[in-house]
Order: sequence, then structure tokens, then C-alpha cells
Amino acid sequence: MPRSPQKTRMRLGLFIGLGLAVALALAFFVGPSASSQPDGLNRVAIDEGFADQQTAHATEDSPLAGYGVEGVDDDRTSTGLAGVIGVAVTFAVVGGGVLGLRQIARRRSPSGAGPQHGPQHGSEPA
Amino acid sequence: MHIPDGFIDAPTSLTAGAVSAGGLTVCLRRSAEVLEEKQAPLAGLVAAFIFAVQMLNFPVAAGTSGHLLGGVLAAVLVGPYLGALCVSVVVVVQALLFADGGLSALGLNVLNMALIGAFAGYGVFVLARRLLPATRNGIAAASGVAALVSVVLASVAFTLEYAAGGTGGASLGRVAGAMVGVHLLIGIGEALITALTVSTVLAVRPDLVHGAVGRLAAPASSGDRVPAAVAGG
Repeated sequence: MPRSPQKTRMRLGLFIGLGLAVALALAFFVGPSASSQPDGLNRVAIDEGFADQQTAHATEDSPLAGYGVEGVDDDRTSTGLAGVIGVAVTFAVVGGGVLGLRQIARRRSPSGAGPQHGPQHGSEPA
Repeated sequence: MHIPDGFIDAPTSLTAGAVSAGGLTVCLRRSAEVLEEKQAPLAGLVAAFIFAVQMLNFPVAAGTSGHLLGGVLAAVLVGPYLGALCVSVVVVVQALLFADGGLSALGLNVLNMALIGAFAGYGVFVLARRLLPATRNGIAAASGVAALVSVVLASVAFTLEYAAGGTGGASLGRVAGAMVGVHLLIGIGEALITALTVSTVLAVRPDLVHGAVGRLAAPASSGDRVPAAVAGG
């Protein structure tokens, strides 16, 4: 097949790396500037009088509770660091989870009837 | 839209938990059937990106902020089943590590943000995609429309949950009106972020956008580019 005269597409590794860099940068540099106003749901709760029904959170003593790192004094750094940790943990859990899921699926169909060839991503609604 | 502990009573929270558990099981099964290896880092990135952007609350009205929920973004990029799983992990990580969203409300939050967000949102996306041109801009616009609707639907879901088991005795009509009203505004933000992100991915790796695979019109000249996409959208 003749080589395409168009530029070849971005390597997956680069795409993922850039994407992660953007996510980490957003969390670290923009996170601390996020609005601290209550979000829509909490605003409604305050205005309609059920906000005080909120009870204590079971993990409110977590060192990361409230998007801050316990022990880091500077507020912006604390929030930014918490965000970076969250981004990294989420990436690891989902990435690892998908790999694990794939392993389980392959083991269940030893005939090799795992992922089909071609870019299938699951059936779509009609 | 993270529901804290205490807003919704135990029976409703448990019911939502059961529904979410069932829904996520279906998602796990359906995803497992068709996973490709490249989807591991991609799904990881989708989830990580949504986590990051969910931190970025933006003002929508006096004394009120909003943030991305991410259900449609995830579904358009990696499909609704895997997308719902991505957002679920974000919600769980937030609840466990950051005390954002009640643990007793985990089932509710997964239901509203991950399941309704990804599936109802993806349904709207498919409809919108039919009505819009088969171009990159058309796909991005369809994502935006779906994102807006998904946020409003999530707020309606909360209202129904509040009707079923809400505490504090607030007026249902007022809660409904206020929730939908503010989430229309938040939905606009979600629409813009979603459309922009989908548009960016379409520009560099359109093959990684589940909602665009096989949907972009072929160029007039025989397709050399992988996959075929109309230049300039």
C-alpha cells in the first residue's frame, strides 16, 4: 500500500503524555484558582434550607480531604499537590483496571475470541 | 453535583447504590468484551483529565459555581460503557480520598454523574450527530449539545431522588426549579468544555474518538488519511 503523502498521525504515547501533562498542569496551576463558591447543588441546598442536613464525612480526616495536602502550609501548593495526586491515582486505577479487565476477559475466552480486529469500541445504540 | 451525606435518606441511597452496582457490572462486562490494549492508557487519560477539570469550578451566578461532570466527554471518547466506568472511578476517588461527595451518597453520585451522564448523554449525542453534518465540527457540536442536556438530566435525577428521600423538607417545586435553572447554566460550561476537548482530540487523533469512528465523511480524493476525515470540518 503506497505511503500516504499526508503527515502521519501523532503517536499514541505522545498523545497520552501530552494529555496527562495538560491534566496535571490544570490540576496544579489552575486548581487553586477555582471558584470557591458553593456548586449548584449546594447553592440550592442553602437557598432551600436543607444544607444543614449534611452530616460529617466518614473520611474527612483523610490527609487529602478537601483537596489539600495535610502538612503543606501554602494553600495554593497544597491544593495543587492534592490535584496532582488525584490525577495520578485516577490514571493509575483506570489504566490498571482496564488492563486487568482485559486479562480477565482473555482468560475467559481461551479460544482467543477476545477483542475483534478493527476499531470496535462496544455496540452503540441504534 | 456531588451529593454529600445527609441530604438523601438511607433507603433511597441504598436503592441508588444497587442500581449503580448493577449498572457498573453491565459496563464492566460490555467493556471487557471489546477492549483493546491501547484503551488502557486512553481510558486512564480520560478519567485523569475529567478528575482535573472537575476541580476547576467556574462561577455561573452570584454565589454559585459549577464544574464539569464529564459523562458525555467520556462516552464520546471511549464509548458509554467504558466512559461510565471512567467517571465512576473519578467519583469514587473523590469520595474516598478527598471527602468530596458522601460515602453514603456514592451510589447516587455514580448514578447521576457516571451512568445517567454517560448513557443518557450518549443517547442525546447519537441523536444530535444524526442531525448535524458528518464533520469534525458536527461531532464536536453534537457532543456539546449532549453535554448540556446530560447535566440538566443529572439535576432532574437529583430532584427525583430528593422527592423520594430528601431530608430537610424543602419544597419540591422550588428545588426542581432551582436545580434545573442553575444546571442549565452549568450545562453551558460543560457543553463548551466538552466540545472543545472533543474537537482537539479529533484534530490530532480522530481514531481515538469513539463517537466519530466510521462517522466522518470521506474526503473527495481517495482516503489516504487514517481515518478518513473532512479537512477543516
